[in-house]
Amino acid sequence: MNAPDVVAELDDLRVWFPTPAGVVRAVDGVSLRVRRGETLGLVGESGSGKSTTGLALLRLVDPTSGRVHVAGQDVTRWSRRRLRGLRRRVAMVFQDPQASLDPRHPVGASIAEPLVVHRLTDGGAARRKRVGELLDMVGLRREVAERHPHELSGGQRQRVGIARALAGEPDLVVLDEPIASLDLSVQAQIMNLLRGLQRDLGLTYLFIAHDLAAVEHMSDRVAVMYLGRIVESGTPAQIWREPAHPYTAALLSAVPVADPRVERQRRRIILSGDIPSPIDPPSGCRFRTRCPQAREDCADVDPVLAEVDPGHDAACLYAGEAVRAMRTETAG
Amino acid sequence: MSGAGQSAVRRALSALRHDPLAVTGSVVLVLLIVVGVAGSWLAPSGVNEVDVDRMLQPPSWSHPFGTDELGRDVLSRVLIAARVSLQVGAVSVGIALAVGVPLGLLSGYYRGWLDNILMRCMDVLFAFPVLLLAVAIVAVLGPGLLTAMIAIGVVYTPIFARVTRAGVLSVREQVFVRAAVSVGASDLRIMRRHVLPNIAAPLIVQTSLSLAFAILSEAALSFLGLGVQPPDPAWGRMLYDGRGFVTEAWWLGVFPGAAIFLTVLAFNLVGDALRDVLDPRQLTVSEARRSTG
Repeated sequence: MNAPDVVAELDDLRVWFPTPAGVVRAVDGVSLRVRRGETLGLVGESGSGKSTTGLALLRLVDPTSGRVHVAGQDVTRWSRRRLRGLRRRVAMVFQDPQASLDPRHPVGASIAEPLVVHRLTDGGAARRKRVGELLDMVGLRREVAERHPHELSGGQRQRVGIARALAGEPDLVVLDEPIASLDLSVQAQIMNLLRGLQRDLGLTYLFIAHDLAAVEHMSDRVAVMYLGRIVESGTPAQIWREPAHPYTAALLSAVPVADPRVERQRRRIILSGDIPSPIDPPSGCRFRTRCPQAREDCADVDPVLAEVDPGHDAACLYAGEAVRAMRTETAG
Repeated sequence: MSGAGQSAVRRALSALRHDPLAVTGSVVLVLLIVVGVAGSWLAPSGVNEVDVDRMLQPPSWSHPFGTDELGRDVLSRVLIAARVSLQVGAVSVGIALAVGVPLGLLSGYYRGWLDNILMRCMDVLFAFPVLLLAVAIVAVLGPGLLTAMIAIGVVYTPIFARVTRAGVLSVREQVFVRAAVSVGASDLRIMRRHVLPNIAAPLIVQTSLSLAFAILSEAALSFLGLGVQPPDPAWGRMLYDGRGFVTEAWWLGVFPGAAIFLTVLAFNLVGDALRDVLDPRQLTVSEARRSTG
């Protein structure tokens, strides 16, 4: 079933959390494939389920239904113990590097943890050597290994987080908003580092971000999530030039353009209201409550992802058409 | 070597140095340990040296704490009994730590039915009045120092289990624990390397406070005749034996009582100071949690 170049795959994944207020449908039917060597950008607002999707790919949350495949194996029902061996194959870089490093240990120990757990190095000297190499790779001095997280800057801490993710030579690295909690000036450095590492090591990324601009230059393909579903996916070029889903179009219209002439003519599509509660998603199309182009039948029919162009899918009854209508209206 | 772990300890020590109460408590504890180790050398006379010519002598130069109804030197007995108290404190709190901490770790880490069973058992133990439970255990195992230590250890186990579990519940939600899971660390490794060091502060505080209460419990058990058996000296036992002479020989009760008081006070002072110094770390843990979003 799996093509050899597919590193990881989600098939109609649902992750529901029971809460006192009701069942939160964080992820509600997501299918995606990550191919070897590519970067798949996963974009969505807070509450869209993008982080839960990433966690489910590592089986750090348990899927309610659907399948998780990693390296050609169906790991959906694997036990915690069995999963441990798999953890080497898929690594994760967390949003907040401060919180993701144990404050009690020098960062060298955090980086070495995958090496120790999977017995990848023989003895302390080899381990220190490997940690040194990893620090080199992420652009930190080797002495940093002795430091504790609170002694490092945010950017340095995230470099440590990346070094830890790379220690096991993973097939796939899930980047969960890796730059979102960093200073603006440091964000670009970390992006460049990630891009350089991908080029040098042939890494595969699932890059989770909350805005399209963050993934534009990084991704081979982009998937846009809204309320637990993927509403549009395609190459960045397809999505930028011809967004087919009104939600994507609205997201794009919020991205400022560096050219002042273009920026002056930029037509912003303002969405009304907040993202609805994932406990009780709207009937039919989930976006219809905020969609400027919602029609009557949007309340009845739940649109599935359908191809609008080769490699470009959208989940909208009026894919393309609605976006063109929006653009004409806002132009007026 | 610098480090959050070590620098926290260093910070704690330097903060303790500036707290006069903590310094006093520490000095008393150090003296107590010296006495506990070297009590039999420091004692001016043998612990059971009976001198029928000098019964119930008030404090004097030759017997600074006076003598008891058998003419034994009270100072010597108080000094030598320090070892018993320290031993009881160390062994019983050791038992409580050795049993309570692993139970709390398992409970807090795995939650679910295991947590329910373990914690309900702890609740049952917890619901008994401390002394009543200890008396029951001693009644089953027979009186003596060892059974007293076991009894006190059992009594304090639920406290350590609860303190540990509460710490685990907050630490296990931290991102760094999830990160350890994500690299494939085993549960045992996560508990040992990531959870335990991060709940050390409340455990240290609880340990020092429990030492005080364990010593007090032993005194109470010995007072009731369920702990150390005569003629071996124990502070609680000496209080008991002296109670019949309160009006004519106050020194029989006052000196062992003062020893208990000082010891418990010293442990409490150090425990309270440790709590004040170590608690800011707990704040950083919750800060870390808040920032994970």
